[in-house]
Amino acid sequence: MFLYICRRIVYTVPIALAVAVVCFSLVHLAPGDPLSAVIPADAPAEVVERIVKAYGMDRPLPVQFFSWLGRAIQGDLGVSVATGRPVAAEISRALGSTFILAFAAALLGFLFGILFGTIAAFLQGRWSDRLVTGIALFGVSVPHYWLGLLLVIIFSVQLDWLPSLGAGSGSFMDRFPYLILPAVTMSFIPMGIVTRTVRSTVSELLGSEFVTSLRARGLSNVSIAKHVAKNAAPSVLAVMGLQFGYLLGGSILVETVFSWPGTGYLLNGAIFQRDIPLLQGIILTLSMFFVALNLFVDVLQTLFDPRIRRS
Amino acid sequence: MLLSWIRAVISRRRWIKFASGILLGFTLSLALLTACQPAADVTDSAPSVPDGGGSGGTVRIGMTASDIPLTAGAPNSGFEGVRFTGMTLYDALVTWDLSVSDQPAPLVPQLATEWSVDEADPRLWTFKLREGVKFHDGSDFNADAVVFNFEKIFDENAPHYDARQSAQVIARLPAYESIRKVDDYTVEITTKTPSSLLINQLPFMFFSSPAHYEALGEDWTAFEQDPSGTGPFMLEELVPRERAVLVPNPNYWDENRMAKADRIELIPIPEGTTRANALLAGQVDWIEAPPADTLAMLESRGFEITSNGYPHLWPWQFSFAEGSPWLDKRVRQAANLAINREEIQALLGGNMIPAKGILLPDDPAFGNPAFDVHYDPDAALALLEEAGYGPDNPLDVKVLISTSGSGQMQPQPMNELIQQQLAAVGINVDFEVLVWETLFDNWRQGAEHPDSRGAHATNITFATHDPFAAMVRFVYTDSAPPNSLNWGLYSNPEVDALIEELQTTFDPEANLAVYQQLHETLVEDAPFLFVAHDVGPRAMRSEVGGFVQAKSWFQDITPVYLTE
Repeated sequence: MFLYICRRIVYTVPIALAVAVVCFSLVHLAPGDPLSAVIPADAPAEVVERIVKAYGMDRPLPVQFFSWLGRAIQGDLGVSVATGRPVAAEISRALGSTFILAFAAALLGFLFGILFGTIAAFLQGRWSDRLVTGIALFGVSVPHYWLGLLLVIIFSVQLDWLPSLGAGSGSFMDRFPYLILPAVTMSFIPMGIVTRTVRSTVSELLGSEFVTSLRARGLSNVSIAKHVAKNAAPSVLAVMGLQFGYLLGGSILVETVFSWPGTGYLLNGAIFQRDIPLLQGIILTLSMFFVALNLFVDVLQTLFDPRIRRS
Repeated sequence: MLLSWIRAVISRRRWIKFASGILLGFTLSLALLTACQPAADVTDSAPSVPDGGGSGGTVRIGMTASDIPLTAGAPNSGFEGVRFTGMTLYDALVTWDLSVSDQPAPLVPQLATEWSVDEADPRLWTFKLREGVKFHDGSDFNADAVVFNFEKIFDENAPHYDARQSAQVIARLPAYESIRKVDDYTVEITTKTPSSLLINQLPFMFFSSPAHYEALGEDWTAFEQDPSGTGPFMLEELVPRERAVLVPNPNYWDENRMAKADRIELIPIPEGTTRANALLAGQVDWIEAPPADTLAMLESRGFEITSNGYPHLWPWQFSFAEGSPWLDKRVRQAANLAINREEIQALLGGNMIPAKGILLPDDPAFGNPAFDVHYDPDAALALLEEAGYGPDNPLDVKVLISTSGSGQMQPQPMNELIQQQLAAVGINVDFEVLVWETLFDNWRQGAEHPDSRGAHATNITFATHDPFAAMVRFVYTDSAPPNSLNWGLYSNPEVDALIEELQTTFDPEANLAVYQQLHETLVEDAPFLFVAHDVGPRAMRSEVGGFVQAKSWFQDITPVYLTE
């Protein structure tokens, strides 16, 4: 097991390097001047040259890349071009907000997803199955941006119940109302996907021979559900892990609609300001999170399923 | 440990019931909290019209920026930054009088009380500084502070030089060369060449407290969090990307600009619809640039929509490169006569002023141009025929446009309407639609650059608040790329001579006369398709009082307060 984990960790190194190369290349290939956020359009040529030099953008791209990579390995992601604040500090502040939102959305999405998926599987073919499947389909197809705006119009503008933007300030309870609408909006996709996964996995298991055998032995539905849940856990966990990864990545659209100060909102600002150090830092950090989360889920699956361990 | 816990939860605790329990609990708590949640934030109420120095409630402003503009004295985020964290926390030697709304904001003394230009060497400017002014930290504003701040921006060898602040300011003061302290309240500024335009550039130079910078360990990043200027507001709280809270400076030197609100909260909301929703939901009291399609709805719900023309031009900047059809003045004038600006105004719901030149029609420097920019398709057809164009020889032009961008208003529908209007007189327009950033970067490259793709015009809006911003950078021969933004490579000896005369005419009245003459010449020569001036709409609750929307990119928020 220990060797398996070590091997998986070693595999992440080339992935991380590839991510670093791709994200560095992408932000430099994108249209626009990397320093257009700080250089006024009518700046004289000598001023432009001076500013480009001050930000180290006059060096060849490979030199810039390796210099950035060397510092990134030591945890120094550089300084934001637009604000001058350290990128690592900017990202860690935003990650806190995104974690809170991702946990809340995951809690809602996974709980409803498991509940709906199980109901649909056990009551397959009935109206409740069709209703739940419809909700799941809505969850995976509805545009988040539109749903967020709709919820704001209903709950903030019309009913005046919940705040429409920001993360609030003060204690957790003061901030809690600000969390509700973005969390509900973001929970719809994982809810839909988990519902569909749980439904198909549990349905398949309910038709399998070992469940027939359990029924023949006279086990109650509750006891059968226990066995089914244990067998369904690995595939559902894998899906939930991936979904949680997406949520941790933050959603540019949802966070922008709600001005939620997380990584998606930060990324949006960085894109518009062409803040290259910040863009690179966010993309690299989020990618690493995703890689780490995949590793964690793989390990968890191995622990749950002896077949994977043996293979 | 973790494994056994997960196993226990999944296999032994009837996880379906567990999940249902949590779900039920969560739903109930959510419902309870939702029910207990008070209606949108209730803002402090205020007495009718406060005298100043506070007691005018909290005014929350939704900005278009995605972050709080820099607060150390050289704001980023363009003119919105200057408006909200520049002119609030800091003062300049000279600034605009934003209390008037019926004419473009004129320049007035601020931290300088008077200035003069040396007759023998017109590169030397002497400024007398206002005495008795204190920074927010209590230290004195004096000549040392002025020199310190210019060094911060221009002197790379100074220990307190800040590249980030320098980048924001240096290009806005192209005339500056050096500074010297004469005595405690007098400084002497030398320009690179004789330049009357220095005075127009100084409003962008704000003054931070040297004493406070030292007290914070000579760290500009720390200064961002705890700035100290001489402005009418002080920064109480700064949460990046979330809010900045400004409170009145009780010791502000200008009694006429004592802040009336108790607090101004600046909230970055870059998404237009989100800004409008925040206003509707009562989370902010004022929003900048509400989306055009929400204006009628906001007004019908009782929100005040304020607007006023300001020094801004929405043009096509013509190319004068070899082979461009715009090399012929008759064609340029014909295009200007073929545009029905009232129709474009109707398209924008009235939110523009039809352009009759580069400057607003009521600008003192507008003058009396010989060429009247108006809609006259017959005259346009006649000019085109005279120039050799007609049904047998149609005129084809290509224009670089974007679908969005800062200050671009609604570029796509506006351009499409212009395309139709020009087609009616036989000018066929083909658009090359670029990403805003690419279009903007191309501005400095010029019409002959391969990235311009052989285009005959580019559609980028700009500020026209002073001669440099409005004209010099676009029409002076020496402003051709890469020096500045003469994208079209326009060159007119008469215009160049007038610009040089303007730079060396220091008497205000004579300077204005030259400026008028320059504008008249340019309108007559039409190096642009003059289309529209923006009116900068803002939406606010009817309880917001005291706001006067100046004809400027900048606005004064010291008189603003909130009433019940």
